[in-house]
Amino acid sequence: MSNETNNGKTEYVVRAKDLTKEFVMGTEVTRALKGISLDIRRGEYVSIIGPSGSGKSTFFNMIGGLDRPNSGTVFINDVDMAQLDATELAFLRCHTIGYIFQTFNLIPVMTALENVMLPTVFAGKPSEEGQARAMELLDIVGLGHRLHHKPGQLSGGQQQRVAIARALANNPSIVLADEPTGNLDQKTGTEIIALLRQLNQDNNVTIITATHDPKMIRVSDRAVIIRDGLIDKIQNRADIESEFTDDGH
Amino acid sequence: MSDERKIQRGVQLPFKKAFEFALNTIKIRFWRSMITAGGVFLGIAFLASVLTGRAVAGSNISADEAARSTWLVILSLVVCAVGIANAMLMSVTERFREIGTMKCLGALEQFVVKIFMIEAALMGAIASSLGYLVGTLLMIVTKFFSFNPKTAFHGETWIGSYTLASFGMNLVFCTGIGIFLTMLATLFPAIRASRIPPAAALRSDV
Repeated sequence: MSNETNNGKTEYVVRAKDLTKEFVMGTEVTRALKGISLDIRRGEYVSIIGPSGSGKSTFFNMIGGLDRPNSGTVFINDVDMAQLDATELAFLRCHTIGYIFQTFNLIPVMTALENVMLPTVFAGKPSEEGQARAMELLDIVGLGHRLHHKPGQLSGGQQQRVAIARALANNPSIVLADEPTGNLDQKTGTEIIALLRQLNQDNNVTIITATHDPKMIRVSDRAVIIRDGLIDKIQNRADIESEFTDDGH
Repeated sequence: MSDERKIQRGVQLPFKKAFEFALNTIKIRFWRSMITAGGVFLGIAFLASVLTGRAVAGSNISADEAARSTWLVILSLVVCAVGIANAMLMSVTERFREIGTMKCLGALEQFVVKIFMIEAALMGAIASSLGYLVGTLLMIVTKFFSFNPKTAFHGETWIGSYTLASFGMNLVFCTGIGIFLTMLATLFPAIRASRIPPAAALRSDV
């Protein structure tokens, strides 16, 4: 543990407390989360790991304001998510959280530039401002020369770069990445991870990923391992580096 | 950045943006839009031809015949509305993940409804005005070629009592009906689209 953890001054961007979630399917009740608490510091790079069915995705969705817990609370930037109505949640998704998806999820009918501008449109920014911001971001992710290409004309890695630029459009404090390298080959995946890590360090943006990819875990500050609806263990940087020196788990 | 604590609400999107967005979607999904618009086009073309036929005939039309054609027109418009609703529902399903993604990026429910309704209004306007022109033109051409001066009443011309005023009035009426019908048929699919949860964006299927 680093010494800044316990002095009370560090700012937590996400605080999840005693989250539980049940899914009812017919007569069967599945307890996806059985009481998970986790605090994430500003600027941290956290990987959430767990087999499918472990409750990883459910937990991840709750941090992102995509799902509500049955009990427990999620604070994002000290705002209790349970208190927000639909429009306030939309505002939060627009300004505070950036999403990156396994399947990229670019809007196919729009160019790279328009895709990156979209969150600024939803934020109500004037289009000149949004366009300048989008061009700047596409430059940062190395696609300054492909502004007017549609997603179909871009490779998987390039699409994910556009998606990363889009996630950053409104300067979010958190970027949530759901298996961002899941649909990419080894080399491209490594490049995307390097880009995420660089953005994390340059802009002090908090990155939370759900992943199986050992490469992603290796660059994390912390790896949270979820098993059977509970946090199994949390590994810090030093442990991660010793454990994942090879590609195996 | 750190003082962004107070709770704020999502912004209403300016109409202009939503309009651009809808227009873009129609253009890009041209063929799907064409199929949706095709129904409106045909329905309105039929309505226009009946109206034009009546305007030409003036009072020389039996009440029986008028009632029958009215029923036919109403039926065809109902069928056309069902077709639009069906096509729009398909389009909602097709865009499930896309809409989920937009909601993740901060789009409000109203915005999603707005996009679909503007799309419907645009398609309705274009398809019904085209349908009107084609239907009217076909009927006028038919009247011209089927006109036989020997059997016509005294003093009657091929164009009968059709005037520029009837052209204008029918145009307004037909496009009005076309736009209204398309929007009405889209209302339910649009509301369904707006209810798509943002988590739909994470689905890897569809």
